[in-house]
Amino acid sequence: MTIPEICIWLIWLLPLAAFALTWIIGWIKKDSPSAPYVIIATTASWLLSLWALINVFTDGNITTSSVQWLNIGALNVKFALELNPLSTVMLMVVNTVSLMVQIFSMGYMHGDHGYRRYFSFVALFTFSMLGLVLADSLLMLFMCWELVGLCSYLLIGFWFFKPSAASAAKKAFLITRIGDLGILAALIMLFNATGTFTISELHGLAAAGAIGSAVLTWSCLGLFLGSMGKSAQFPLHIWLPDAMEGPTPVSALIHAATMVAAGVFLIARMYPLFEAAPQTLTVVAWVGGITAIFAATIALVMQDIKKVLAYSTISQLGYMFVGLALGGVSVGMFHLFTHAFFKALLFLGAGSISHAVDSFDMRKMGGLKKAMPKTYWTFLIGSLSLAGIWPLSGFFSKEGILGSAVSAQPVLFVILLVTAGLTAFYMFRVIFKVFFGEYKGDKHLHESPNVMIIPLFVLAFLAIFVGWINCSNAFTVFVDGGESQSFVTGLVGALAHPLAWGSLLAAAFGILLAFTIYKFKKISAEKVSAALPKTYNLLSRKYYMDELIQDRINKDALLNGLFRFFAFFDKHVIDGLVNAVAKAVKGIGGLIRSVQNGRIPSYGLLSVIGLVVIVILMMVVK
Amino acid sequence: MSILSLIIFIPIIGAIILALMPKVEDKIYKYMALFFAMVPFALSVYLFIVFDRSASNTIQFEAVHDWIHAFGATYHVGVDGLSMPMVILTSFLGMVAVLISWKEHLRVREFFVWLLILEGSILGVFCALDLVLFFLFWEIEVIPMYFLISIWGSGRKEYSALKYVIYTLFGSAFMLAGIVCVYVSTNTLDMVSLASSGILSAVSYAPLLFFLLILGFCVKLPVVPLHTWLPDAHTDAPTAASVMLAGALIKMGGYGIMRLCVTCMPDMAQHYALLFEILAVIGIIYGGAITLRQTDIKRLIAYSSVSHMGFVLLGIFSLSEIGMTGATLQMVSHGLTTGLLFAVAGLVMHNAHERNIAKLGGLGQTTPKIATLFIIASLGAIGLPTTSGFAAEFSIMTGTYSSTVVAGTHPIVMIALLGLLIGAGYMLWTVQRVFFGPKLDIYNEMEDANNLEMFYCILFVILIFTIGLYPDFMTSLIKGGVSAVLAML
Repeated sequence: MTIPEICIWLIWLLPLAAFALTWIIGWIKKDSPSAPYVIIATTASWLLSLWALINVFTDGNITTSSVQWLNIGALNVKFALELNPLSTVMLMVVNTVSLMVQIFSMGYMHGDHGYRRYFSFVALFTFSMLGLVLADSLLMLFMCWELVGLCSYLLIGFWFFKPSAASAAKKAFLITRIGDLGILAALIMLFNATGTFTISELHGLAAAGAIGSAVLTWSCLGLFLGSMGKSAQFPLHIWLPDAMEGPTPVSALIHAATMVAAGVFLIARMYPLFEAAPQTLTVVAWVGGITAIFAATIALVMQDIKKVLAYSTISQLGYMFVGLALGGVSVGMFHLFTHAFFKALLFLGAGSISHAVDSFDMRKMGGLKKAMPKTYWTFLIGSLSLAGIWPLSGFFSKEGILGSAVSAQPVLFVILLVTAGLTAFYMFRVIFKVFFGEYKGDKHLHESPNVMIIPLFVLAFLAIFVGWINCSNAFTVFVDGGESQSFVTGLVGALAHPLAWGSLLAAAFGILLAFTIYKFKKISAEKVSAALPKTYNLLSRKYYMDELIQDRINKDALLNGLFRFFAFFDKHVIDGLVNAVAKAVKGIGGLIRSVQNGRIPSYGLLSVIGLVVIVILMMVVK
Repeated sequence: MSILSLIIFIPIIGAIILALMPKVEDKIYKYMALFFAMVPFALSVYLFIVFDRSASNTIQFEAVHDWIHAFGATYHVGVDGLSMPMVILTSFLGMVAVLISWKEHLRVREFFVWLLILEGSILGVFCALDLVLFFLFWEIEVIPMYFLISIWGSGRKEYSALKYVIYTLFGSAFMLAGIVCVYVSTNTLDMVSLASSGILSAVSYAPLLFFLLILGFCVKLPVVPLHTWLPDAHTDAPTAASVMLAGALIKMGGYGIMRLCVTCMPDMAQHYALLFEILAVIGIIYGGAITLRQTDIKRLIAYSSVSHMGFVLLGIFSLSEIGMTGATLQMVSHGLTTGLLFAVAGLVMHNAHERNIAKLGGLGQTTPKIATLFIIASLGAIGLPTTSGFAAEFSIMTGTYSSTVVAGTHPIVMIALLGLLIGAGYMLWTVQRVFFGPKLDIYNEMEDANNLEMFYCILFVILIFTIGLYPDFMTSLIKGGVSAVLAML
């Protein structure tokens, strides 16, 4: 049965209704619960999304009728929702992770002063994110893009009374806005060239070569700048580690699984434009590849478990961009798909850990395996999946990216292979530091309540099996088209390929190294870092990127440099000149006043001056 | 009397009644002022609804009376798609300004007298279609503003008030010269016939005339480098006057440029468009940069107006339907967001007795309502989608970039985009410094917004989001007015 249009709109609007309802009900009755509305709405949206997915799978794309937003001359903007393979896949990702995070949050945020505010913001985020993926128009996509940015701002700064959270929220908004300017520029340029924002029309025009190549190239670069901001690619990545100031479930939802992947989705959604300007895809690939290894090296030395995961996310997003650029939409999107589940799992696991030890500092953890076995096993599954171990889902998606890089860009392939090893290393560094050895804190350890454990189980299940979807090429066929293959060939046959052994070896090497250092203690981490002080400092200070952008560029060059000069110029030159003229006029006015026996209001005086000007003027003209 | 005349003169008559009536309790003055401000708002809502949008390029609700025979000046009022939004904005702000001043206790009667005259004169400017009438209202407005700032203001109020007066008169002296030139060379003062005949462009000294006419508007808007009166006046004015000043009064500049300079001398406007586009982008960036350096919460909001009005100028001199419609929408939007910002900043100053941003902090916990309102207003000022600011700024950018009339706008628009980043910077930084961070003990006793204050602030919020979500209800009206202007080109 075809999904009725109203249900498509409901997929999008139900979370918004939940957002409004939490506030209205809270306003009527102060201590009423707020989480149930949000969870029910998301569940309903999830079920409808599933229906939509099945529909698209069987019958192809569906576009709803449109709603007029703006209509000024040529600027005739209509919005509609579009169901296509990309958007339905994203619907499932967003709704699933959002639902798990909401259930988890019921336990994690229990007793927080801003409980209602929290759930309402999460609902608003879900609404905005669903709008982003459903938009049929680049402008609507951008508007939702800004709204998810707002929700990110509000949720990073959720504990706004902490100065660090307040500045992290601002930083996130401003750095991503640098990227947003790129999208705005692209929107304006594309509108000027084509007169439309509708994505399917833009696809057609780009494919037909109806958009000038300069416009197309600059627009694609603008769009990619936006992606770099949202998906935290070098050098606009600096906001994401700071964003860990937000509640951990939010980090899982927004800053790991969904919003930060929006940049990848944007490129995928606009892929025909990039294909028509292929040199831009090279830029995408290289920025992604550099970011992947750059962030992975920082993750090696972080002591805060969430920071490790944040840099890991940056690195994996880089992976996705390489996959998109070199392998096509399905390759990049498939890694987005699997990553969403195992990274959300890891973040929620970190949340579960901090629930017990009340810290994210790994130096205050250790030996948690005994007290928190469920958290341990699910975290291990997430780590193995991220490390790309067969047959967990991360293996398959990573394999696709490496496979497409090996022939197209061998240098990038090597970079990614090294990154895979680093990834395995830093994740098992975390595992050994957190779950093995002696507990170094002083808290009473306990396993988290079931409301938090159940989402971990669900996500762990997905982290293992979700990759199998593409064993028969189902995902690729659905998103990109192509031939399907037998399931067993995909699942086991991958191992017959030398590439798989390369990546598994890299991962195994990383895990073994972590084992030697942090479990067997054959090599001392302290000695290594002491032997390479410069390298260690460079990494632990994150290549000094924060200092460069925040202190040197923002503070020194702009705020206390150029802008200070502007302010000085305004006060002393422009306004100084005004005051000087006023003084001079006052002097002359004083003369006239004495002639006129005083008491001429300035009003009259100036009118006289005006008339004099006219008279002179008329004389000059005649 | 036509409805438009009622809208203009009810506040003025109300002011006269207030001034002449016997002395009563302060409360009664307030209720009376509220009444005289509410009626024009209700009437302009009515006009807004019955306005014929299919013909918004023609003057509607017109009224013409003989006035000064000696040089053919008539009492001629009417509204079209350009002025109707300004009228409803001004009457809305006029009403809210009374509510904002509900706690005023210094010379209450006099305060509301000036406030009502101010409202009436601004409404007069937007409705007048005769140059003499226009100029008269333009000049009257200076007087109440002078008193409002110099008596009820704060800081260097006398200096700021006088600076405002002299600066405005400096501009209007040239405007008066321009108007006389218009009369001498065309023998008419009727703005409608001047526009339709295009006669002014034929005048031999047309460029000079164009600059005579535009100078006063440039002071008002303001256009950098004629802007330095604005931060002083806005900062030292009482809250209600700041709201009127930023919300309605400076819009007279943008409106005047469109109504007079562009409509009556379109070819001159086109000829000098690039100059004004460059001034606009300087205003956007330079104004925004200086805003970042401000330490006084009101002065910061004041400087942000310089940047926002740069967008208005950018849109106007794109001379395109999209850009000019966006510029008009931006004037409405800025009136609402900055009006709300000033109103909430007024609450902060009044309740915390502090206006230095460095000394404020943590108010998000002590006064959550004020914090929420300020953040919403900031989002509008930043131009976040779903607020009115986005619809306006986006149409300005798109219209300017795609303008077929003015060449060379592409790099200008790309630079102007940076203004959006700077704007987000100063607003969010202010939010962070004033409302975030740990609670400060000195503000423990600070009061949050009361019900009346919540009420009028929520009115602003509703309008900001209504326009943002459905800008068409404004633009469907504005674009007709704009297309009439552009038909001359």
